[in-house]
Amino acid sequence: MTDDPARSVVRFHGVQKFYGHGESLVKALDSVDLVIREREFVSVMGPSGSGKSTCMNIIGCLDVPTGGSYFFRGVDVSRLSQDQRALLRRHFIGFVFQGFNLLARTTALENVELPLVYRRVRRADRRERAMHALTLVGLADRAGHTSGEMSGGQMQRVAIARALVTEPALLLADEPTGNLDSARSREIMELLVSLNRERGITIVMVTHESDMAEYGTRTVTFHDGNILSHGEPQEVSA
Amino acid sequence: MMLLVTFMMALREVRRNTMRSFLTMLGIVIGVGAVITMVTIGKGATRQVTESVGALGENVLMLRPGAQRRGGMRQGAKGFEAADVSAIENEVPGISAVAPTSSTQATIVFGNENVSTSVTGTTNQYLEVRGYSLGTGRLFSEAETAIGSPVCILGTTVEQNLFADADPIGERIRVGRVSCQVVGVLESKGAAAFGDQDDVVLMPMLAVQRRVAGEPNIDSINIKANEGQSLEVLQAQIEALMRERRGVQRGATDDFNVRNVQEIADAMSAVTTSLTSLLGGIAAVSLLVGGIGIMNIMLVSVTERTREIGTRLAIGALASEVLLQFLVEAVVLSTLGGIIGIGTGVGLSYGASRVLELPFVVAPEVMVGAFVFSAVVGIGFGYLPARKAAHLNPIEALRHE
Repeated sequence: MTDDPARSVVRFHGVQKFYGHGESLVKALDSVDLVIREREFVSVMGPSGSGKSTCMNIIGCLDVPTGGSYFFRGVDVSRLSQDQRALLRRHFIGFVFQGFNLLARTTALENVELPLVYRRVRRADRRERAMHALTLVGLADRAGHTSGEMSGGQMQRVAIARALVTEPALLLADEPTGNLDSARSREIMELLVSLNRERGITIVMVTHESDMAEYGTRTVTFHDGNILSHGEPQEVSA
Repeated sequence: MMLLVTFMMALREVRRNTMRSFLTMLGIVIGVGAVITMVTIGKGATRQVTESVGALGENVLMLRPGAQRRGGMRQGAKGFEAADVSAIENEVPGISAVAPTSSTQATIVFGNENVSTSVTGTTNQYLEVRGYSLGTGRLFSEAETAIGSPVCILGTTVEQNLFADADPIGERIRVGRVSCQVVGVLESKGAAAFGDQDDVVLMPMLAVQRRVAGEPNIDSINIKANEGQSLEVLQAQIEALMRERRGVQRGATDDFNVRNVQEIADAMSAVTTSLTSLLGGIAAVSLLVGGIGIMNIMLVSVTERTREIGTRLAIGALASEVLLQFLVEAVVLSTLGGIIGIGTGVGLSYGASRVLELPFVVAPEVMVGAFVFSAVVGIGFGYLPARKAAHLNPIEALRHE
């Protein structure tokens, strides 16, 4: 496999994340190397405290490493200011959370429009693109419903539509099915898979459940701040 | 563009939680409402004082015994004589009417009714000087004035109290111990800051001096200047004349004083104006309290919406955009409260001016001031919560329960 930097979305070089000093030093990530290429669907697994959340925060440009370097699409994120990282997120990254995090008492359409508001997209365009994203997740008919009037599965679809609407280079999903029953989980996973396959969106997903992880093209497993296995696709299915 | 979008978001946020938004605004509503009410009522009172002092008569000088001193008059100076009145009439130019008065308090009785009021001995010119006009009946005849006949002209308040609906003209009433015939009734002038100007009984000068008060003093001489006559010049002339007549030595203090009614009006409106500022200032404190209320609720709101803020930051909102959003929300709340407060204040002060029978004076500069102040309060007290929101760590905010 060639290491073409242009085609790698995420590239970690000995990334460290340490908290505290001396005796109480915690090594959340200890020299992690990781490459995620375009069009991949990577499942990230590992017990709590293994460093997978820290890793996700760094990939998502919400946090910066204390050591090593992180390149997002060839850009050294560790050198960027807080506002520059916010702009990176705005233009290239979509987030899906376990708790959906839709705005209360706000319609599905308005929720999906939100990232476009920050991108200064004009109102008419915003409407159209948000409707398109909602159609993609099969919720065009729920556009006017507020989060209180929707089921968990529907809310997560709205959240996915919100992450998709900007056509991000990378979609980060943090336990997207953690609050859903198995039938709803399967629907969400199938949606993510189709987005990955048909629209070529790169996805990184954290999950506890190995059957959810199997939807990905490969599984990265964390343990004690290190990557235990980079899990090539054939290993996952084995 | 971003400001407009933020403004729309803020409006939506205000609508999303109507009840809380209203409670947040309430402090500002009350503050602005109180300021507007206080100032409007104060201005009404000022205007009423000005108007009612004006009702004492325009272009009028009042000559009274006793030196003019700050805070009151020295007692014991001798009163004026009838000769003083004619001297002023004859020797000072530019005068249209002179009315001496001798006032005393007396009980007036008719049938079973009795009232206590001020009885003023004077001449027919008193009506012109003080701006009264005769309603029914007649004025004093020359003979009655000359010999001090027991006749009287009633103010409408006294007339109503004694006679109700009956015709008083020609009836005999008792003034103190004197029996007195009613010859006329004044037209009503209405209430004023100095009390009821219709609560008066007028009698010929000599009648009061000899029969009611029992002493020959003249308490005051009211002088009305011709239209266009300078009151300062007139005042100087009267002062010179009186110094001579009363034998005041050169360099000695006058034992009388001449006052311009306008000066009294100015002094009184200065009092009500400073009272208005005082009340307005106290009300402004409640505006400040309202601002603290906004800050309080906004801080709670930031805590409550921590996850929302985290989500916005994750989606790519800049810290400055989050700051702006919460600042605009606070300003929208406070100015909305300001607008409602202006409406409430105008309504309240209209009602109050009707109840207190004061003129209703709208003060647009106070409204604009209150509106601007409420916006400033929003910015001032919204800044701290907004900064708190903007400085949240997105990772921790997203984890917040």
